[in-house]
Amino acid sequence: MNVIEIKGLTKIYNTSEVIVKAVNGIDINFEKGEFTAIVGPSGSGKTTFLNMLGGLDKPTSGKVIIGGVDVWKLSSRQLIDFRMNNIGFVFQSYNLIPVLTAGENVEFIMHLQGKPKKERKQRTKDLLEAVGIGNRINARPSKLSGGQQQRVAVARALASKPEFILADEPTANLDSTATNSLLELMSKMNKKYNTTFIFATHDQRVIDKAHRIVTIEDGKILSDECFERD
Amino acid sequence: MKIFTIAWRNLWRKPWRTVISSGSIFFGVLLSTFMTSMQYGSYESMINNVVKFYSGYMQIFTEDYHENKTINNTFIFNGSIKQIIEDEPKVTNYTPRLEYFSLASSENLTKGSIIIGIDPIRENMVTGLKKWVEKGRYLSKDDDAVLIATDLAKYLNVGVGDTIVLYGQGYHGVLAAGIYPVKGILNFPSPELNKQFIYMPLNSCQQLFSAPNRLSSLVLMLHDNYQLPSALSHLKSKIKPPFMIRSWEELQPGLVQMIEGDKAGGLFMKSILYLIITFGILGTILMMVSERKRELGVMIAIGMQRYLLSRILFIETFFIGLLGAAAGIIVSIPITYYYYLNPVPLEGDAAKTMIDMGIEPYMYFSIQPDIYYVQAVVVFIITLFIAVYPVIKAYTLSLTSALRS
Ligand SMILES: Nc1ncnc2c1ncn2[C@@H]1O[C@H](COP(=O)(O)OP(=O)(O)O)[C@@H](O)[C@H]1O
Ligand SMILES: [Mg+2]
Repeated sequence: MNVIEIKGLTKIYNTSEVIVKAVNGIDINFEKGEFTAIVGPSGSGKTTFLNMLGGLDKPTSGKVIIGGVDVWKLSSRQLIDFRMNNIGFVFQSYNLIPVLTAGENVEFIMHLQGKPKKERKQRTKDLLEAVGIGNRINARPSKLSGGQQQRVAVARALASKPEFILADEPTANLDSTATNSLLELMSKMNKKYNTTFIFATHDQRVIDKAHRIVTIEDGKILSDECFERD
Repeated sequence: MKIFTIAWRNLWRKPWRTVISSGSIFFGVLLSTFMTSMQYGSYESMINNVVKFYSGYMQIFTEDYHENKTINNTFIFNGSIKQIIEDEPKVTNYTPRLEYFSLASSENLTKGSIIIGIDPIRENMVTGLKKWVEKGRYLSKDDDAVLIATDLAKYLNVGVGDTIVLYGQGYHGVLAAGIYPVKGILNFPSPELNKQFIYMPLNSCQQLFSAPNRLSSLVLMLHDNYQLPSALSHLKSKIKPPFMIRSWEELQPGLVQMIEGDKAGGLFMKSILYLIITFGILGTILMMVSERKRELGVMIAIGMQRYLLSRILFIETFFIGLLGAAAGIIVSIPITYYYYLNPVPLEGDAAKTMIDMGIEPYMYFSIQPDIYYVQAVVVFIITLFIAVYPVIKAYTLSLTSALRS
C-alpha cells in the first residue's frame, strides 16, 4: 500500500543570476514500512526533495499526497498539525531544543498533541530506553554526545507515532561506532513499529543498510533499486 | 505549562544577558522614579508653601478687591456666601481675613508690614498658624494684641510683652492707629512670611482700620490639591458678582508656570532615558531571536504552531521588562519613602536662592502612587513595543532558511 505518492515534484530557485532546478520533476511512491535511502552527491537536491516531502518547503509544482491528503493544499496551520501527527524529523545537526532535557525533548511533541501526562511520561521512558539512553532522561542536550543526541532525536521523531520519519543526513556528524549503533537502532524501530524511514544520505554505511536506494542527480531520479536484507 | 517553562529557561540560558537587559530597565525605572519623586516633592512643597501656610486652595473676595487690594474694596460677610461655602462638601474648612498694609513701629524703628486680621480658631484649623508660635502664646478671639513674625520682631527689636504701634490708612481714608502688646512671636518656615507678617484678632483689626464687619477675603481649604478642579468649577458656577473665587493656581500663575515648565523638562529627560533603554533591549531581543533562528525553525517543523512560538518569545521579552520594572519599583519605594520622611536639607547657594524666593531650603520627595505606576505603565508599553519584533518573526520565519542556517 502506498502511503506517500509524489507526482511531478519540482522546485525551482530563482536567484538573481541563475535559475536552479533543485528538484526537477520527480515521480515516486513510498510504501508503509520502507527503509529507504535517497542517495546522491552534494547539491543533487536531496534536502530540497525531503523538505518538500515533509511539508517544510513549498514545491514550485507537483504534488505530495500522504495517506490521501494533498499536503500542499493544506493551510499553514493545518500543515503544522499535519507534520506533528504524521511526520517525524531527524536532522543532520540533531536540533534538539537546548533548554529541554532529553526526556522533555521527547515529551514536547506529545505535549503539543495534547496527550495525557501519564501516557507522555510512560512513552518517553519507553522510547528513551528503546534508543538506549534511558539513564540520561534528565540530561540537557549539551551534556550528551553527538551520537546520544541523535538517539534522542530519533526517539523524539517516533514520539508522535508518525507514519514515517524523514532523516536528512542523520549520520553526517557521527563517528562510525555511533553511526553503526544509530543505524541498528533505526532498523530496529523500523521493524518494531513498522514506521517508514526515508533518509537522504551520501554515507556508504547508511546506503549499505537500506532496503531501497533511490539515486538522484541534478534533481532527477537516476535509479531506484530494492534489496533484500536482514 | 510547557510554554512558560521553555520561555523561563531560555531567559536563563545566558543569565548575564537577561540580567543586563532587566538591569538596564531596573536602573531606568529607579532613576526615573527617583527623579519624579523629587520633582513632585518639590512641587508639593511649593504648593504647600503657598496653600497651607497662607493662601489656601481657593479664596473668595470681591471683583474690586481682585483689581485693587485696598481696604475700600473689602466686603461684609453675608449669609448667602456662607451658605454656598458650607454646602460644598469638598471644602474642609474656611477662614475669614481682613488684610492690609500698615506701618509698624517700636520705640525708634518703623517698618512696613502686612496686618492680617484673623479668626484665631478658624485660622488655626486652616493654616495651622498656632504651631508657628515660637515664643509667647497664640491669640484668642477677644485679645487686643498681635503676633509678630520673627524677622520683623528682630528688626523692630521687640519681644513678647513689648508693645508696638500700628498706623496707616483705614476704611475710606480714615486714619488707622493703635497700640498693641506683642502676645507671641511667629517663626514660619518661609522667610518671606517671617519678614512682614503681623496677625491680630479680626475684631481688633476691623477696629484698627475702621472697617467693622468687613473682610478682604475668605480662605478655603480642601483635603488636597486633587479635589481642586471639581470644587473650583462647582463654586465658580455658584458665586455671583460682586463676589468671585480664585484658586491658588490662578492667584499664583508664576508658580503654576514654573511647575509646568519643570515637568516638561523632566519628561524630556525621562523620554531620552527610556529611548536609550528601548533600543538597548531591542538590540538584545534581535540578538536573542537571530541566534535561535534554527531552533525556532525546528520547533515549527516538528509541530509547534507559530502562535505558540510567538507566545514564548513574547513571554521572554515581557519578563525582561517585568523583572526590571518590578525590581526598580520595589527598590525605589523604600528609597523614596525614606527621603519623603527625611527631606534632604540643602546648603550653599541653592539654599540661599530658595530662601530668598520664600521656599524652604529642603529637597522634598513625593510618594504619590502615580510616580510608581506610571513607570510600570511606561515599561509595559515599551516592552509591548519591543515584543512586536519577535512576535512578527515567529509568524514570518522561513522554515527552510532557518533549518539551513
Ligand atoms: N534557498 C536556495 N536558493 C537557491 N538555491 C538553492 C537554495 N537551496 C538549495 N539551493 C540549490 O538547490 C540545489 C539542491 O540543493 P540541496 O537540496 O541542498 O542538495 P543536497 O541536499 O543534495 O546537497 C543546490 O544546487 C543548491 O545550491
Ligand atoms: Mg542536503
